[in-house]
Amino acid sequence: MPHLKVESDIKNIGMEGNMSLSLKVWRQSDKDAAGGFEDYKLAHVSPDMSFLEMFDVLNEQLIEEGKEPVSFDHDCREGICGACSMYINGRPHGPLRGVTTCQLHMRSFKDGDTIVVEPWRASAFPVIKDLVVDRDAFDRVISAGGFVSVNTGNAQDANSLPIAKESADDAFAAAACIGCGACVAACKNASAMLFVSAKISQLALLPQGQAERSIRAEKMVAQMDAEGFGACTNTGACSAECPKEISLENIARLNREYIGAKFSSSAV
Amino acid sequence: MATSSRLDAKIPQGSLESKWSKYRSSVPLVNPANKRNLEIIVVGTGLAGASAAATLAELGYKVKAFCFQDSPRRAHSIAAQGGINAAKNYQNDGDSVYRLFYDTIKGGDYRAREANVHRLAEVSGNIIDQCVAAGVPFAREYGGLLSNRSFGGTQVQRTFYAAGQTGQQLLLGAYSGLQRQVGMGTIKMYNRHEMLDIVNIDGKCRGIIARNLITGELERHGGHAVLLCTGGYGNVFYLSTNAMGSNVTAAWKAHKRGAFFGNPCFTQIHPTCIPVSGEHQSKLTLMSESLRNDGRIWVPKKQNDNRPGNEIPEAERDYYLERRYPAFGNLVPRDIASRAAKERCDAGYGVGTSKLAVYLDFAAAVERYGRGEASKNNIHNASDVDIITWGKAVVKEKYGNLFDMYKQITGEDPYEVPMRIYPAVHYTMGGLWVDYNLMTTVPGLYSLGEANFSDHGANRLGASALMQGLADGYFVIPYTIGAYLASEIRTGKISTDHEAFVKAETEVRERIETLLRIQGKTSPELFHRRLGKIMWDKCGMARNAEGLKEAIQEIRQLRKDFWSDVKVMGNATYFNPELDKANRVADFIELGELMCLDALDRNESCGGHFREEYQTEEGEALRDDENYMYVSAWEHKGPEDWELHKEELVYENIKIAQRSYK
Repeated sequence: MPHLKVESDIKNIGMEGNMSLSLKVWRQSDKDAAGGFEDYKLAHVSPDMSFLEMFDVLNEQLIEEGKEPVSFDHDCREGICGACSMYINGRPHGPLRGVTTCQLHMRSFKDGDTIVVEPWRASAFPVIKDLVVDRDAFDRVISAGGFVSVNTGNAQDANSLPIAKESADDAFAAAACIGCGACVAACKNASAMLFVSAKISQLALLPQGQAERSIRAEKMVAQMDAEGFGACTNTGACSAECPKEISLENIARLNREYIGAKFSSSAV
Repeated sequence: MATSSRLDAKIPQGSLESKWSKYRSSVPLVNPANKRNLEIIVVGTGLAGASAAATLAELGYKVKAFCFQDSPRRAHSIAAQGGINAAKNYQNDGDSVYRLFYDTIKGGDYRAREANVHRLAEVSGNIIDQCVAAGVPFAREYGGLLSNRSFGGTQVQRTFYAAGQTGQQLLLGAYSGLQRQVGMGTIKMYNRHEMLDIVNIDGKCRGIIARNLITGELERHGGHAVLLCTGGYGNVFYLSTNAMGSNVTAAWKAHKRGAFFGNPCFTQIHPTCIPVSGEHQSKLTLMSESLRNDGRIWVPKKQNDNRPGNEIPEAERDYYLERRYPAFGNLVPRDIASRAAKERCDAGYGVGTSKLAVYLDFAAAVERYGRGEASKNNIHNASDVDIITWGKAVVKEKYGNLFDMYKQITGEDPYEVPMRIYPAVHYTMGGLWVDYNLMTTVPGLYSLGEANFSDHGANRLGASALMQGLADGYFVIPYTIGAYLASEIRTGKISTDHEAFVKAETEVRERIETLLRIQGKTSPELFHRRLGKIMWDKCGMARNAEGLKEAIQEIRQLRKDFWSDVKVMGNATYFNPELDKANRVADFIELGELMCLDALDRNESCGGHFREEYQTEEGEALRDDENYMYVSAWEHKGPEDWELHKEELVYENIKIAQRSYK
């Protein structure tokens, strides 16, 4: 754009900085294979690169050496799609609070650092390859009840249903979840309570969600359990590591919703 | 000029206001028992795809939906920031269906179809109703009613929003509707699947070839209709605000199987993006247009001024948008704001180390809001420091997430120093040519959302992409598809054993094998960068005939190089993103040539298409309505060979004028 200037510059990708790094990256050829760490050295890393751009450079280097590049999930690179999912130095999305892997920049690391990169670890998220895991379980939990049953064309005028600003703001804060799975990866029990509670809270806080409030809590929790996610022991690592800083209050609300539902219904 | 006999837009008769309502009431219907036997394939699960899949399943059709991401919720609609337009007139500021229609036609520089755009404006209000009913948490006022803000190219407040995450909230709403149907068994969802060809039988689209990206297996899927909701092709420029995976492959395969490509050269360059920081850059990040509600854009009055922005006194700043366009100021449409920034930087007034940036400054807004807070709290002798502190708090509430993102990416604090911004590729108005029913030139093959060319002419207004995606999916296709499927009730299940399926699958397999066999020296990534450089330099914000002719030659050479020197690692029997990328880059290269061809054909400037040879004395786009008031629809005839068909644009309700925002 300022773009790519001349052909010779293309050869300089990843040659602009002065950081040298040692990487220990989890490699695993498929879900059934035994994986292991591989060591890589990377020089000339720029502090202005994002963490994933640093991986782009690593992959170009591997291709140059005739080795298979590292597979990792990524798409928007703006911190909103929820695809990226690296477990960096023992923390989902790395060292910064409220930041996804794609928005983490190399200025958060020092020259000479060793960085360990693993996939999310949870039996409900089997590894597909290298750092890529299968998060379909989240979609199935949403299918179980994470919606308002309103067919297209049935809606009333939007302003005929005033919603207190505070409720709307709280519902939005819960709805900001990007479904990346960092909460599960952070939890020692691999519990999905933060993810599930964010959706249940959003809809429980809004008048549109009232009709299915009980059945939603029951069905989503039942599906969460069926997927093999662990139980919640209120450690709070999920919220501390969540890149969108989804609050633990949502888990408290989910517990209230669930217990309330169980007292009043026997649907599930 | 007359419309080509190969193009029939099927625009209903009658007055503009009555076309859609009359047509909607007369489209043939399919009864519920027959719907159960009709299969619809939806490719892509962004706003258009997810809303279409959910709605068609609710109606009773059997739906199969495909996305290349690991979940439908990750489609790139999720990244839309600012908002969604609707002609609700909740602000009582004079908005109406007609005004939204008029603003959109004018914003598109008179290169969009009247009937389509009017329909879009008509259903815009229903979209907001539907989203609220589905639990989308839009921003609200203290009275509990919905809040609105302004976007470029309009003088009313009609944009609904959810902080700077409107696309996320809308997509999660549509996704929840889709997952609800998946749970009910009416949609079968295929994640991590990429469509690699369409299959036509006896002149009708009857299915697709998809690749399971985890196992590498090729799959045949039959259907009575196929909907491509696969987004735009901005990544042809390598650097854009699109997601890394956004690609043209599905649309391009359809094009090569008979779907005409409409207005391929109409590209939107968004004025406010974070500038490139170095050669490692993999994508660009947008700073929402909503920031132009409060931010003021400027450059130093002196060329090559190296002082930090904060140290340049007020009198030495050139607020060039306010100077050139006093009526709309910083809220001129995107094409105009982008060109004005380029003009200043090219003339040597750019800022930052690259000199390819202008300032977006919130200092005035901070002070204004700070004084407002002081006055609200009855404080009359507030110190400047307090005023600034209070003002920053207000700005944080409005734009906090965007300011955080800027800081995270650049390492600079935009509360303290002005943001540096520069235009970047953001959206493509061009796409598959579709008629009023959203059907392409292949019967049974439809295209929705950004993937089609239909509603934005030569320039899209802010907050209109979300509107169009959801209009197409929730409120247009569920009606218009009946016009075709009503005649398909006797067809029966589509057999994927037909020789057309076998042939298409074989071709896909052979292409993958070829890619793997070349084993050259250059990675797909580097080919993509080379293509991006050609496209940006010669088919970007400014184009001219000479450059476009050079670009076509360079792209043809690049295509040859690609097919003899690409190096794709691994093989096709497991998860292999390098192979996926190589496939996509190969299609981008072919598309690049067509875009240049289209830009070369259009000897005028309009909207985002700026041909340097055609401009007014003041540097504004100079249209040629006499000769170019048409949609270009390109038919693929063979390698490096296309035939142009023209759809004449007829304006019966709007007086054509030189677009002015002065």
